[in-house]
Amino acid sequence: MSTDLATPTGSAPAVPSGLGGGGRSGWGPGSIRPVLIILVLLLIAVGIRQPDFYDPPVLLAFLKRAAPLIILAAGQYFVIVAGDFDLSVGSLVTAEVVIAARLIDGDPNATWPVIALLLGFGLLIGLVNGVVTTLLQVPSFITTLGMYLVLVGAVYTWTGGSPRGALSEEFRLFGRRGIDGVPVLGQLPYAVLVLAGVAVLAVLAMRSDFGKVLLAVGDNPRAARVTGARTARVRTIAFLASGLAAAVAAILLGGFGGVSFQVGQGLEFTAITAVVLGGVVLGGGRGSVAGAMLGALTLQTLLTLLNLLGVSGALSSAVQGLIILAAVAVGTLRRRT
Amino acid sequence: MRRSTPFLLAVCTAVAVGVVGCTSDVPGASPSAGPSGAGTGETSKFFVQADHDNELALRTKSATGPADKPWEQALDPKTVETAKYKKAGPYHLCFSNAGVGNPWRQVGFKNMQAEVKLHPEIKTFTVADAESKDDKQISDITDLLGKGCDALIVSPNTTATLTPAVEQACAKVPVIVFDRGVNTKCPVTFINPIGGYAFGATGAEFLVEKVKPKGKILALRILPGVDVLEARWGAAKVVFDKSDLDVVGVEFTDGDAAKTKTIVSNYIQRFGDIDGIWMDAGATAVAAAEAFEDAGKPFPAIVGEDQQDFLKMWQDKKLTAIAPTYPTYQWRTPVIAALKILNGEAVASPWKLPQPTITQDNLGQYVQADMPPLHYAMCGCATLPGYPKDWGGK
Amino acid sequence: MSTDTVRRLRLPQLDATNGVWPALAVALIVGGTLVALDGGSLFTESSMISLLQRAAGLGIVAVGQTIAILAGSLDLSVAYVISLTSLVAAETMAGSDGMVLPAILAVLAVSAAIGLLNGLLITKLRINAFIATLGVGLLIKGYLEQGYAGPAGSVPTSFQHLGYDRLGPVPLSFLLFAAVAAAIWFTLRSTRYGHHLIATGGDLDVARLSGVRTDRVLIRTHVICSLCAGIAGLYLASRLGAGAPRVGAEGGYDLESIAAVVLGGTVLAGGRGGVTGTVGGVLLLAVIDGVFNQLEVDSFFKQMVRGVVIVAAVAVYALRLRRTSDRRKAAVA
Repeated sequence: MSTDLATPTGSAPAVPSGLGGGGRSGWGPGSIRPVLIILVLLLIAVGIRQPDFYDPPVLLAFLKRAAPLIILAAGQYFVIVAGDFDLSVGSLVTAEVVIAARLIDGDPNATWPVIALLLGFGLLIGLVNGVVTTLLQVPSFITTLGMYLVLVGAVYTWTGGSPRGALSEEFRLFGRRGIDGVPVLGQLPYAVLVLAGVAVLAVLAMRSDFGKVLLAVGDNPRAARVTGARTARVRTIAFLASGLAAAVAAILLGGFGGVSFQVGQGLEFTAITAVVLGGVVLGGGRGSVAGAMLGALTLQTLLTLLNLLGVSGALSSAVQGLIILAAVAVGTLRRRT
Repeated sequence: MRRSTPFLLAVCTAVAVGVVGCTSDVPGASPSAGPSGAGTGETSKFFVQADHDNELALRTKSATGPADKPWEQALDPKTVETAKYKKAGPYHLCFSNAGVGNPWRQVGFKNMQAEVKLHPEIKTFTVADAESKDDKQISDITDLLGKGCDALIVSPNTTATLTPAVEQACAKVPVIVFDRGVNTKCPVTFINPIGGYAFGATGAEFLVEKVKPKGKILALRILPGVDVLEARWGAAKVVFDKSDLDVVGVEFTDGDAAKTKTIVSNYIQRFGDIDGIWMDAGATAVAAAEAFEDAGKPFPAIVGEDQQDFLKMWQDKKLTAIAPTYPTYQWRTPVIAALKILNGEAVASPWKLPQPTITQDNLGQYVQADMPPLHYAMCGCATLPGYPKDWGGK
Repeated sequence: MSTDTVRRLRLPQLDATNGVWPALAVALIVGGTLVALDGGSLFTESSMISLLQRAAGLGIVAVGQTIAILAGSLDLSVAYVISLTSLVAAETMAGSDGMVLPAILAVLAVSAAIGLLNGLLITKLRINAFIATLGVGLLIKGYLEQGYAGPAGSVPTSFQHLGYDRLGPVPLSFLLFAAVAAAIWFTLRSTRYGHHLIATGGDLDVARLSGVRTDRVLIRTHVICSLCAGIAGLYLASRLGAGAPRVGAEGGYDLESIAAVVLGGTVLAGGRGGVTGTVGGVLLLAVIDGVFNQLEVDSFFKQMVRGVVIVAAVAVYALRLRRTSDRRKAAVA
């Protein structure tokens, strides 16, 4: 559907190394078809293993649990498609949840101000990442790695090494509850509504001028600069989007599971994996936000399937590694033929 | 060529699923061997029968020492003479810490710092934090030895790897090891509570007692390949295998609340009811219980640990629960032992501390509303200087 | 662009790497003063020894990571390779002196094979290095978690000399690090492969067009990078007396080695930088560590400082690079 978005506007002859051609074909890098096929196969497998998976309430519960990762993947997409990385999102999620618990401290009245503050904090971290990366010209890998170290260190230092306070029920509503008594669906989780909102916004953003410039910047920053795009501003906005997505994901995750230091652990790599699985090319310029979100959904489905099949925890990381390699290899093999 | 991609994808997925399928240990898929308690998988190669039996026996031994100070008590003590270490104060005490990377170690370390404050004869207390890195801890120990410590306390990051460094240290100063051990007899004493087998068995026995026969049990583990956690599960498995409970799943949670809740929700969905939850550590017990609440199911019998969030939920929601503990008060004991040794007094070696269990009967005395959610109740810290503020309480 | 590449072919060592040495000097002076004010000393024999010792393990990995990054690639699997090879070493030796040599060969074979796999995935299947090495890392991680609950195997006392002996104040392991660094430095500077590597990292397409067999260069680079991780695994096995399935991941060798490389002035995009800078970067991290250790600074605060230092250093390098290129442009004009 939105593969057309992946078509770079200002594609200059000097395509970044290793990208080759074929970006426009239905199967090449940037396409969402491979991930769609994997997703469908996985969904069939899950359906065979657990026949009631397609009951609307069960399916919605699954979507609710997948929502935070999909939102994170959408945020990460903006950064990756512009040619950058955001390795700080996992620690940002942890920081947000821990901050929320400490500031709310069980007081329902604090819920909304704290939510506003969390969104602001996410934007702030995104802004710092973006400014350091674009103005100081530090590679985003390093900027966000540094931010990751700083956030983890700061959170532990601030709390004395163990989370304090508690989240209010009102705060947890978003990740935990839903609108009850909806016909057919049963409960409609708020998380799914939030996800739908984020998805629509993300797709609209990529269809706007901003999205086109972002793709052009990722495809070839030099050419984009020449054609007058404000590279730095666009890339910074991408980091803002990633920070905001992390804040939203944190609100959902904290609501769903409660306070812990583990909540964001490793999410940066999971999100990047999801985005790549969705056909988005690291290095920028190719791939659609729909693909990135489908990638996250696929990853979550894969984890569900592994769980249903009773794969032991130790092996699941190996299987995950194998499937990621296979999926990406298949996606990229097309280029050579 | 274009047509080949879906085919390739299909092959890949099929292969992947095939790989996965082969290792399935879901009870329905491949009935596993063993007695009636099927579903617990094979016995881990990390299971040591003698240690297991020994720990289970220790649970019923009575401890010697002051009744209100379990951190000074010892089970079945054999003492060693320490006259050769006698030395006049004031002392310089050193501590090589594996790390403070989780709430348990945080609480414990605060206990130790407060214990040091109780003793004016300790003039300097030097700490090196290894940040969970084995090789840093080895360097740390060498480093500390260059600073003129009178005694060295070590909390090893892993057992085998710290052995050479500890042996080096033994040649220079009296060494006290606690929590994890080392593979050498050279330290003056080794302090720890009864251990992982006892922890795991206590929880499993509770489920056998509370859950109806044939009841469905879900076992939640943090991650594979950690000695202490393997021991906890190993002992629980022995209990479940002997019982007529049906262990429907053994899952890894990574200690992540959201993942725990997802797994438990999936099981509730698949099996309709789960009658008991066993956990190898309580950090995500609340998330597991909440999964039942969210699904509109009654709470199962559940094994947690002594974190405040779980104890509070237990009290508020009237759970059927138990909390085996791996008490953080053990962080006080090494300081006490070091001073005894430097004073030439005999100490227990090994020094086995009691490992109390929180049950319905004594729950009330451990719930502390003003402490942080992941504070460990069995800290023996209520009378220490700086409590409750230094532990994050109000 | 092509004249640039020619220049790079001739001149592997580049200006940006020099910045780390003044930073190291500043860290030593400021750190030494702070520790002295605190009543200790950074320069006692025991603290210098442990400082150099800590630098060794990370250093060996970082040198390998340097060439991966120079070639425009990167290796996120090193942490798991270290854990795996420490186990291969300790389990093959199983405490017997006679098995030391076979164990070393086994470690080199295993790590070279992993490097080969990484290289093939990146060149033949064209998987992005980030994803390829992350995936291979996950595979090894799964194997380790499935097979081990804690340290296993044991190395004979004769092999522990590597981890514990020293010449004067300099640990043997640090000499090993220096030797590995020197070998790579020489390779980069004086061999055809070295020049091709820099060219490949500078601009893959241009290098290919000018006749460099870039695939072969990248594969060889990944093999060497993994071999370095394997050597670090050997060192850790000798230091720990056993193989440890978590030593690599807990030590954070993947991200820390990358941090050390960029601290040393090597450009993450490849093509610019060198091994000497990395040595400086490793020493700088070790000094910061040592100072904080002496001051008993909270480890979390330390992490924050590390994060800031890394970003600040790279920002300064980026600024210098821009200035140099501006000056060059001005000179041309």
